[in-house]
Amino acid sequence: MPHSTAFARNQWYVAAYSEEVGRELLGRTVIGEPLVFYRAEEDGAAVALHDRCVHRRFPLSASGLDGDRIVCGYHGFTYDRTGACVYVPGQKRVPRTARVASYPVVEQDSLVWVWIGDPALADPRTIPRARHLDGPGWVTVRGMEPIDADYGLLVDNLLDLSHETYLHGGHIGTPEVAETPITTEVDEGAGIIRISRHMDDTECPSFHARSTGIEGRITRRQDIEYHAPCLYLLHSRIAPVGVVPEPDGSDPHGFHTEITYAITPSAYGKVYDFWMVSRDWATDDGEVTEFLRGNNHTVVMQDVDALNLLQRTLGTERTGHQELSINIDTGGLAARRILGRLVEEGAEPAEGVR
Amino acid sequence: MSAPTGEVYRIDRLPGTDVLHGTCRCGAEHTGDDPVGMWEWMLAHPDGHRLPEGGTAR
Ligand code: FES
Ligand SMILES: [Fe+2]
Repeated sequence: MPHSTAFARNQWYVAAYSEEVGRELLGRTVIGEPLVFYRAEEDGAAVALHDRCVHRRFPLSASGLDGDRIVCGYHGFTYDRTGACVYVPGQKRVPRTARVASYPVVEQDSLVWVWIGDPALADPRTIPRARHLDGPGWVTVRGMEPIDADYGLLVDNLLDLSHETYLHGGHIGTPEVAETPITTEVDEGAGIIRISRHMDDTECPSFHARSTGIEGRITRRQDIEYHAPCLYLLHSRIAPVGVVPEPDGSDPHGFHTEITYAITPSAYGKVYDFWMVSRDWATDDGEVTEFLRGNNHTVVMQDVDALNLLQRTLGTERTGHQELSINIDTGGLAARRILGRLVEEGAEPAEGVR
Repeated sequence: MSAPTGEVYRIDRLPGTDVLHGTCRCGAEHTGDDPVGMWEWMLAHPDGHRLPEGGTAR
């Protein structure tokens, strides 16, 4: 068994980008559940079904679509969009129990969210928003990397930005990032962790200077909002020193970048790293778009390589390895605790006594 | 998970120091230099948490 954090059921997870779900069957494993996705012809809605044929468990994602029905690629069991088997080969009668599970799906902010757990508890209003991903005035670059590592390692990685200075030195890290005081806030009931770093007067990274036209020193804030278990938002603002948002809350002279991650546990010891970078500045500058795409891909791959290595290394250790936490780990420790609580809550029987 | 609940714990790292300053949702405050110990104190609420009343909150 690889090093792994337990999975939290009865939660929404990002399974795909909207653009990935179409008329080709897409297989994804989310907290251990193999799923197949497609977009129905009938109404354009995304459909999620269990990805194993009830007959001999052939993956439906390796099968084909006939209209809005999946025809198993092995012997032809045919399923409608609710998962009910509507045809079996060689006989008239379809066994009553022939059905695959279907999963609640919500498409919002260009993300395909799937609910894993008791469908009766699925409430779309609890899905955290990321409106910048398809909002007017924003341009987004994005990608997804599967990592052979426990999702807890990716949470750790994203909640501690001081690793920017070392692992990503020369790309996004500046020495000041590791040295700026941080505030960590935990909203226990909502399962949200906020980590803020505000640099009042700091150097402008040269890329930002070039692409925004800012001359001189800047105010820089990075505010992380981790909506456990899946959505991670990093609100970043830079502006020339002294330029502050207007009294009405608008901020026409600040440059905003929204860095979004969906951390979706796949099988044990595997995680999907969905990464997105949105900006509201230089939105029609294709060079900036390509730079951000390349630069962020490089940064993500540095994390991917590091986490693959870390996972392999943890796998060779005896159980109960020791760690040493310091101040920079304050947020990561809070995240582990909240994830632990969500795991426990998700394991309770649905009709459990309170 | 969604709307804030007001049950907020907060830990500040004080500028220029290694000191962590924690504020519980009940208002009690605690200073330390180790995040594990800080979370232990935080989660022990209400044990050892007293609101500052004309004095310290240790
Ligand atoms: S395994 Fe699907 S029809 Fe036989
Ligand atoms: Fe308290």
